[in-house]
Amino acid sequence: MANIMVRKSADGGLSFYLPKRDIEDSITSIEFDTPEKWGGEIRLGNGGVYFIDPIPAPARLPISVRARRVDGVE
Amino acid sequence: MSELTREQAQALIEEVLEVYPEKAKKDRAKHLMVNDKTIEQSKKCITSNRKSVPGVMTQRGCAYAGSKGVVWGPIKDIIDISHGPVGCGAYSRGGRRNYYAGTSGVDSFCDINFTSDFQEKDIVFGGDKKLAKLIDELEGLFPLSKGISVQSECPVGLIGDDIEAVAKKKQAEIGKVIVPVRCEGFRGVSQSLGHHIANDAVRDWIISNRDDKAFESTPYDVAILGDYNIGGDAWASRILLEEMGLRVVAQWSGDGTLAEMENTPKVKLNLLHCYRSMNYIARHMEEKYAIPWLEYNFFGPTKIAESLRDIASHFDDKIKEGAERVIAKYTPAMNAIIAKYKPRLQGKKVMLYVGGLRPRHTIGAYEDLGMEVIGAGYEFAHNDDYDRTMKEMKDATLIYDDVTGYEFEEFVRQLKPDLIGSGIKEKYAFHKMGVPFRQLHSWDYSGPYHGFDGFAVFARDMDMTVNNPCWGMLKAPWLKEEESTGELKAA
Ligand code: SF4
Repeated sequence: MANIMVRKSADGGLSFYLPKRDIEDSITSIEFDTPEKWGGEIRLGNGGVYFIDPIPAPARLPISVRARRVDGVE
Repeated sequence: MSELTREQAQALIEEVLEVYPEKAKKDRAKHLMVNDKTIEQSKKCITSNRKSVPGVMTQRGCAYAGSKGVVWGPIKDIIDISHGPVGCGAYSRGGRRNYYAGTSGVDSFCDINFTSDFQEKDIVFGGDKKLAKLIDELEGLFPLSKGISVQSECPVGLIGDDIEAVAKKKQAEIGKVIVPVRCEGFRGVSQSLGHHIANDAVRDWIISNRDDKAFESTPYDVAILGDYNIGGDAWASRILLEEMGLRVVAQWSGDGTLAEMENTPKVKLNLLHCYRSMNYIARHMEEKYAIPWLEYNFFGPTKIAESLRDIASHFDDKIKEGAERVIAKYTPAMNAIIAKYKPRLQGKKVMLYVGGLRPRHTIGAYEDLGMEVIGAGYEFAHNDDYDRTMKEMKDATLIYDDVTGYEFEEFVRQLKPDLIGSGIKEKYAFHKMGVPFRQLHSWDYSGPYHGFDGFAVFARDMDMTVNNPCWGMLKAPWLKEEESTGELKAA
């Protein structure tokens, strides 16, 4: 488990930031993205896959959450 | 030297790597690349932020240097204790000429070296008592300081001193902010982790200090982060922001004060000049206080105008008009500078190897002068820095990460640039090779280079370096051709 930060990028998409390793990447897909349920599996531009325990959609971004690395680089 | 093709550039890298043993070669190959603008993500072709290969000459610093020298040192009214042996502090004591307005030793402390000067007995018995005593002494001698930071050097982490406990106790006693910073030099692979640790310490001990205090804010409040006021850079930037109608609340590590930092969570926009060393705290403020942040670039008129418009786009029409007014006001002066220097510098080739932001930020300024950057690299960048750099650089230029002394010299020998911009450790090697050189960490005792005023100084400095007649006279006597020695004898 690692702390990650999800923020809105300038192009309107989501970006992923892992402070511990200073890794920043675009989020290409997020499993749940509704007001009631947000999170689940997220896929990154570099091929990495992380899992965030689904929560109600955050009122605003960025938000720091715990995430588990499922697959991929780093 | 004519421009290289991609193949030639790749061949050059391979030729340079030839001398290394197999393992080192494999490792170093990952840090060198030929730029390809079609690639979006640098990590596919360059590795960064890794441990340097033992045995090569690297130009990196340590985490302590990143924290003490870069982030904390230039905050003028905080006393930074170099906690540990005396030596480490010497090289991080305002050596980059972070200017400040104030009286040294009275209300400003950037250029004084405070150290707990560890001796053998402090290593054996621990240094906590000494630290407490030192803080009392500082309080007696420098009562106008606003806070104290304890910058741990390597031994402090090794012997397991509890500087946090001392800091807490003393903070309660003297009623000033005392920040323990765990930036021991052995952490991480370069000074970069020190920046991160320093940012985290600011986050934990400073940023929320005034959360429930009233603050008279305006809709136009901004803070300048990551401008280290080298030779007055931040001042040359600040006046532009103020001229366009913004109010600069804080200047952080460049003529900044503790109070300014504590007030930063009240601003509307954080302006980030050096992304590498200050993005951490900007991200934190974005999450906690919903303050957006923006990277800007105040080198050279093209980038300054771009940045001013970018900054203005976060505000209303008044500021947008202000930005246009500022750009219009300075354009004639900038055109005059370009008219004067461009003919003297047109087509000259530059190679850069610096720290946090300059290898990409100065490219625009060189291009304004008609110069071309043919190689760029960073001492301690991460992949996000290279992502940004690749977009600024031309195709088939060289990009080198944590370049070794040997590689850099070899690249220069082959590419024959007209100017090198790098640090003090490279300076004299290239002087001896007779290559024009500017020290781009401290502006070679010049500056400011930021802002419109800074560009005037930048252009003049580049001209007087590149076109200086001295470079042709630096050939070692034994390398001179026969006939010229003959002539000398005859004369
Ligand atoms: S690596 Fe350690 S001992 Fe060396 S300068 Fe840095 S803090 Fe001091």
